[in-house]
Formats: sequence, C-alpha cells, structure tokens
Amino acid sequence: MIRLDRVSKRYQQAGRDGLRGVSLAVGEGELVFVTGHSGAGKSTLLRLIPRLERPSGGRVLVGGVDVGQLPRRKVPLLRQRVGVTFQDHRLLADRTVFGNVALPLEIAGIPRREAARRVRAALDKVGLLGKEGAYPVTLSGGEQQRAGIARAVVNRPPVLLADEPTGNLDPGLSDEIMRLFTAFTGIGTTVLVATHDMGLVDRLGHRTLSLREGELVADRPAREAA
Amino acid sequence: MARRTGHGATPRRRQRRSGGWAQRLVPRTRRRRDRPRSRRAPPAPLLYLLRHGQAAARALAWARSAPVHSLLTAAVVGIALALPAVFMLALANAERVAGGWGAGAPRISLFLEQDAGTETLQRRADAIAERPGVAGVEPITPEEALAAFRADSGLDAALELLDENPLPPVLVVTVEPSLSPSEVSRLADRLAGTEAIARMRLDQAWVERLHAILALAERALWSTGALLALAVVLVVGNTIRLTIESRREEVEIVKLIGGSNGLVRRPFLYEGLGYGLLGGGIAWGLTGLGRWSLAGPAERLAEAYGTAFTLSGLGLGNGLLLLLIGAGLGVLGAWTAVARHLAAIEPR
Repeated sequence: MIRLDRVSKRYQQAGRDGLRGVSLAVGEGELVFVTGHSGAGKSTLLRLIPRLERPSGGRVLVGGVDVGQLPRRKVPLLRQRVGVTFQDHRLLADRTVFGNVALPLEIAGIPRREAARRVRAALDKVGLLGKEGAYPVTLSGGEQQRAGIARAVVNRPPVLLADEPTGNLDPGLSDEIMRLFTAFTGIGTTVLVATHDMGLVDRLGHRTLSLREGELVADRPAREAA
Repeated sequence: MARRTGHGATPRRRQRRSGGWAQRLVPRTRRRRDRPRSRRAPPAPLLYLLRHGQAAARALAWARSAPVHSLLTAAVVGIALALPAVFMLALANAERVAGGWGAGAPRISLFLEQDAGTETLQRRADAIAERPGVAGVEPITPEEALAAFRADSGLDAALELLDENPLPPVLVVTVEPSLSPSEVSRLADRLAGTEAIARMRLDQAWVERLHAILALAERALWSTGALLALAVVLVVGNTIRLTIESRREEVEIVKLIGGSNGLVRRPFLYEGLGYGLLGGGIAWGLTGLGRWSLAGPAERLAEAYGTAFTLSGLGLGNGLLLLLIGAGLGVLGAWTAVARHLAAIEPR
C-alpha cells in the first residue's frame, strides 16, 4: 500500500535532512508504529504520504502511484484518500464538532443525510456523540484530538496517518483509540501511527519502524500475540 | 466504517474491493454504491449545484461574521458604480434635450430688412429656393414670428408693452443634408450678400459645439467609468484578500483533507459576487434617489422654458445591466485576490 524507495528529504532552508535514504513497505491493512525522537523524521515521513511535502530524492508510492510525480490537480484526490490526524488537531474554530467531522464528506459531495449518519457513526466511535454541537474551543485537548481522529476516519480512507494521536489522552483513552485504529485495519485500512510513547508501542506489539536522524534504524515485525 | 466491522467484512473481501484504489486518481467510471463517492466524482449537475450552494452559503456566513466590514465594502462598490451611472443618466437626458435641436440638416436664418414687405419676402423665398444646395425655404412674416415668440417665451406681458412689432421678416433656409459644414457656410455667406437681406445667422456652429461637448462628456464618462470599475475591482480584491488572510487556517485545513483548489476558491468568488450584486443594487437605488430628488427642479426648469420634460431614469434594463456589471466586477476583483493569494497557501 505504501512503499518508500530510498526516499530522502532535505530541508533547504533549515539546511538539514528530514529523511535519508529510507526504504520501506507497508501492506494493506497493516498497522505500523513509527517511533523515534523528535526530529528523527517521523513527521517528515508522514507528511510525504499525502504530499504535504515532496521527496528530494527517491520515490513514495501510495497504492502504486508515485505521489511525488502526481500532477497538482490530482493531489486533492490523494488527500481525500489519506486520513490524517495532527498533533495540533487543526479543527476549524467556527464550526461545531459535527461540522468539522462532516468537512471531508462535504468535500466529497456526500448527500447530507448520508453524511450525517456517517458523522454520527464516527463520533460514536471516538466517544464524542454527546458533543457534536460543541465548538472546538470548548473541548479539552483529548476531546479535540478525538474529534480530529473522527474527521480523519469519517470518509473511510484506505490510508490513515496519525501523528501522536495519543499525546493528549490518558492511558485508558489511548488504548481505546488504538483499539479503534486496530479495528480499521480489520477492514483493510493501512494505519501509520507516529508516536514516542514506547510504553504503548511495547504494550500493543505492532510492527514498529524506528527512525534516528532521518534514517531507518530498525524494523521490528509484529509480535504474533498482537 | 465501524458498522462494516460489525458486519464482519473480512480483510480479504475488503482487499479485493479496495485493490488499486489509487487508480481512481486516474479517471475511471465504475463505482460501488457503498463506497465513498468522492473519489472521482464527475460533477453531476445536482452535485455541482449543491457545491455551489454550499460555497455561497459559506460566503454568506463569512460576510455575516463581519457585517459592518461587508456592508462598507458593498457601499463603496455601490457609490463607485452609482457615479458613472448618474453621469450616464445626465448625459442621456442632455442628449435627449439636445436631440430636438441638433437633429437634421443645418438651417440658415436670413433676416430681411425691417421694411421689406410680405411681397418681397415671398419673392426672395422663391428665388432662393431655386438655388443649388437648398432643400427648402420657409418664409416667416413678422406677425407669425411674434405669435410664435409669444407662445414660446412666455413673455406675453412684456410684448404687450411694445408699440410695434420689432421683428423682421425671416427666411429659414434648410440646406441639403449632403452638404459639408464648410459648403454650408459658403452657401450662407453667398445668400447673405443677396438682395434685401440684412443679416444672416447660421445655426450651425453652436450645434456643432454642443455635439462636441456631448461627445467630450461621453468620452469623459467612459474614462471615469473605467477608472471607477478599476476601483471596484481593487476594493473587492482587497476585501477578499483580507478574508483570505483571516480564513488562512480554514483554507489550509480544507486543502489538507483534499479540497481542490476550485472548492477552496469558490466561496471567495461568491463573496466577490455578493459585494458586486449588493453594490449594483445600492447604485441602482442611489440613481433612483438622485432622479427623485431632481425631478421637481427639472420639471420647473422645463416649465420655465416652456417645454415638457421629465428626467428619465435607468429603467429596468439598465438597472439589471448595472447589477450585472457589479457582479462581473465583483467576481473579477475576487478572482484577482484569489489568484494571487490563495495558491500561496499550502498546508503546513
């Protein structure tokens, strides 16, 4: 589903490397942790997939398509197929939780009634059904995080990228969210989770990619128990 | 999505279905009903309308979140559109008035000597009518002239005071329309030198001057109109630029989750359209107001000149044209802002 072929990313302005010659492959329906210290390249790796950045070298293939070569006008279609959750949530302040989660469906032109059904299903999954009329500022950090997750998954994207999805959540909720992600893999969604919560990584035992200074230093396969 | 798990769709089943989903990035028509329909949605008319409706609603919501600013922008647009519209109306009315005088071939007035009798007048009229270049001759006796003057001028009381008719007999010579102005004046000079003619007046110069002035005013109208149109584009463009700045986060997020440039652009264009339409409406209203406030004085003026004249307004056609122009300029202004500033916003 996702393949990186000797991918490097150099930030010209900062004069540093985000990634250096990273090659990896993630199959359909796989859940993979990406770990490493901040600045190790986790975010860069995640940002390459929906083409928020273009690689400086190498190829990034998503579903067989070279995203680096994708024409500009097709980028939106790629992004509709890749759900992303962000550390800073990126919710629209002037829309309710419902409005925020409905945004991808609006973009996709899903009829309103069908959209409402899916939004409620997504909110139900992240435990925010009671807050659908609330505005993001009135939510706690964890709730905003979950609203962001609901928005990322509402359109059933084949690829889901989560940048520190459990950063603001207490352990109970973290596990809940991770169970949710695992459930998505059950319907064929490929999930990449960037985290430095090693406890979580160890506890769940999914395949784990470790990055250090832009290089892939370890690719630990999933434990059978997971 | 959760439901699907509940229904126990197996990974394999899903796999088969979603295999090669990325090919949807390349146009393909086959689609499953239960898949999100977004991927390569060919804009069915209904969907298209829906999206435009959403964009318009979004623009309206933005405008309502800053009502004073929005209304000010529309007012500026309205005033900028009203100025050339009023100017145009004034010109059209002036032309209407001038049209009565200026139309047709130039006329030469030949004033005979005061003591020339009716017989001389008729003789001279016949003689002049024979000349080449003359289309017709109308003799006016002093009595007829006085009667006409009485009727037109409203100076009845003053004329009563006169002991005798001060007006001379007149020959009004109509010239062939094919004659050029210089030929007309040469003919007039020749006629002036003939028997029994005391004075000649060629009513050509002032008509020419009037028409030159109107043409100049029309030219001035076009150039001020163009400048004001430019002003509208700039004002709307600037307002839209500010909206884009204040909606930067929203633009980023929408692009981030796969909104196309068109989708991102649309509400801004609708905002520009709104300002243009509202401004056009305000301009229409302002011209109507101006006409209403001038109608009384204009009528009194016309009355004083002994003519019936009412100021004509924009009318429905021109009013709609004003709206259309406003809308066009608004969208154009929005487009300039969008083209310059929106593309620069890429999601972080």
